[in-house]
Amino acid sequence: MGNQSPTRLHVVTGKGGTGKTTAAAALALHLASGGQRVLLIEVEGRQGIAQLFDVPQLPYEERKVALARGGGDVYALAIDPEDALYEYLDLYYRLGRAGKALRKVGVVEFATTVAPGVRDVLLTGKAYEATRRRHGQQYVYDAVVVDAPPTGRIGRFLNVNAEVAGLAKMGPIRRQADSIMGLLRSPRTAVHLVTLLEEMPVQETADAVDELRRLDIPVGAIVVNQTRHPALSHEQLQDAQQGRLDGGEVAAGLKAAGLSGHSGLLDALLREARAHAERVELETAQRALVQALDQPVVELPWLVDGVDLAGLYELSDRLGQAETEVPW
Amino acid sequence: MTDPTLDVDALLHDPGTTIIVCCGAGGVGKTTTAASLGVRAAQRGRRACVLTIDPARRLAQSLGLEELDNTPRPIDSVGRDGGALFAMMLDMKRTFDEIVQQHGDPARAAQILENPLYQSLSSSFAGTQEYMAMEKLGQLHREAIETGEWDLVIVDTPPSRSALDFLDAPDRLGSFLDGRFVRILLAPAKAGGKAYMKVFGGAFTLVTSSLNKVLGAQLLNDLQTLVAGLDSVFGGFRERAERTYALLQDPGTAFLVVAAPEPDALREASFFVERLQQDAMPLAGLVLNRVHTTEAADVSGARAEGAAEELDELDEHALTSALLRLHADTMRVRDRERHVLTRFTGAHPDVAVVSAPALPGDVHDVHGLEQMGAALAGSVAVLD
Repeated sequence: MGNQSPTRLHVVTGKGGTGKTTAAAALALHLASGGQRVLLIEVEGRQGIAQLFDVPQLPYEERKVALARGGGDVYALAIDPEDALYEYLDLYYRLGRAGKALRKVGVVEFATTVAPGVRDVLLTGKAYEATRRRHGQQYVYDAVVVDAPPTGRIGRFLNVNAEVAGLAKMGPIRRQADSIMGLLRSPRTAVHLVTLLEEMPVQETADAVDELRRLDIPVGAIVVNQTRHPALSHEQLQDAQQGRLDGGEVAAGLKAAGLSGHSGLLDALLREARAHAERVELETAQRALVQALDQPVVELPWLVDGVDLAGLYELSDRLGQAETEVPW
Repeated sequence: MTDPTLDVDALLHDPGTTIIVCCGAGGVGKTTTAASLGVRAAQRGRRACVLTIDPARRLAQSLGLEELDNTPRPIDSVGRDGGALFAMMLDMKRTFDEIVQQHGDPARAAQILENPLYQSLSSSFAGTQEYMAMEKLGQLHREAIETGEWDLVIVDTPPSRSALDFLDAPDRLGSFLDGRFVRILLAPAKAGGKAYMKVFGGAFTLVTSSLNKVLGAQLLNDLQTLVAGLDSVFGGFRERAERTYALLQDPGTAFLVVAAPEPDALREASFFVERLQQDAMPLAGLVLNRVHTTEAADVSGARAEGAAEELDELDEHALTSALLRLHADTMRVRDRERHVLTRFTGAHPDVAVVSAPALPGDVHDVHGLEQMGAALAGSVAVLD
């Protein structure tokens, strides 16, 4: 898996509520299947990954959270900006005692909570480091998946290093910022967008695709989450929407099923059918808009009972089946 | 168990209510909720101003917010009984620019505005929005008192990693301004830090040399220039942010935590509720959006599923069977939603709840907002 694809850094974004964390976790499971080692990174401090995999809260440490099908490990990391800053200072500057002094006078707090922008620099920097980390000749991780900020902020988040490069004319910060942008703008990176077949998420997805293309950051797949099969035939859907379903026939059916005693059931069912038909019509229109974005599209099924661990594996299998359309 | 129900109309009618803050996780409908409350308030005699941070395009269009001009615009033909609706979208850069222009002389202001670091800070960096949302909210409230143009400000919170980040804005800025780092940044470079050595001891040299090493001389210099330039601006900004923070604790403010009936969104909602209580912020209640309802709740999912199977075995009434399966799905979703809500109300039994039903499509016109407002006002208990 992933071997034939040049992509090593998968950034997963989506409007809030579309299932971005779920999709990122399912993608990590899929990429790890068959013996690969994948790191799943959380940047927003929500501990959503720990909840999904049903493990204790993640510290700032790469921890194995799941075993993929056919062998393969998913590691997870919740990046803490403060720790990432210390690590960065140690790694590149060997600051030692000065690091403590920086903390004491408030530089660390300034950088990680007060000053806008710096946080994103640290978070993207850490993802960059993990993606490129090697042990001897080998990459430590075959792929890195980032559960990134939502679509409304994704351009700002991924492009922060270009801003920094514009500010620092030379020196180590400039070099670091240029290297990160180099990775983010290369075919080794893909930004996947998760959406629902609803107007606002699809609109935001389209906006984000435009923005990323403008920024020269490669867009990967559009993951359409929570898709449903229509429960009714095309004709039935049309009838339902126009209130023309055969009430007499449904009533006879309810009688045959021993449900005729429930007053109001017939009307309720017809109304539910109508809402369903409206929903299907809306989804069909939104699906066409998603297709028009001209990116590979993969659909994930709606899980009636919500996403638990078993559901997560189901979704990861589905991402695997899409491999012919989406070379992850 | 019955959750206490929030009386939305009473809240909107009460002239004492001057600020409503809608907060919650991303994608739960904060902006739509804020806008629908604005419409309802305006139709019931209030003069409401909706400040939205990052609205979806069609909703913005429906409110006439096609251009960002950072001032509230009246939305015609919504208000009734002397009510009116205004709406604006936060322009973070313009808000920041205005703060700079209003404090300090024009030459100095121009210098700041041209600083490349300032330009990134005011337009591109995440985190600035929280500070500016606080500033704008305070401004709109002051204007309400001064001009009487509106008497109720409804705001949705920035889509930040934690939707209550803006509450921390005054504190964060304060800790920076009171801290030692700002004095190091403001230390005149030419003094060689001698005077500062006395105050900070060896830390001063250590810190400046480390900063030099990491940031480089040019970036450090830009940062020092910017902080020195903004020095006069910070004080006033901080003072206003602290006043706005205090205003948020005032009984005239009502916080509404918005959530969808999903585990993630309600977990965040719990977190907001606790945080608001901890900060002594007046929490009015929980708005539960997109709740799946049915008029045939007495026929359980299992029952409907079983009946559908029976019909399939008879190989008759395929339409009825399909409708029953649809109902079974609706019931399963409904049951799951009620289950997660029960967990929330169990942990927060005193928090009043209102709900709005899941609609097949999005809300993106005044009529849709009216309907949502009516649903919130006429909401019955979800758990009964």
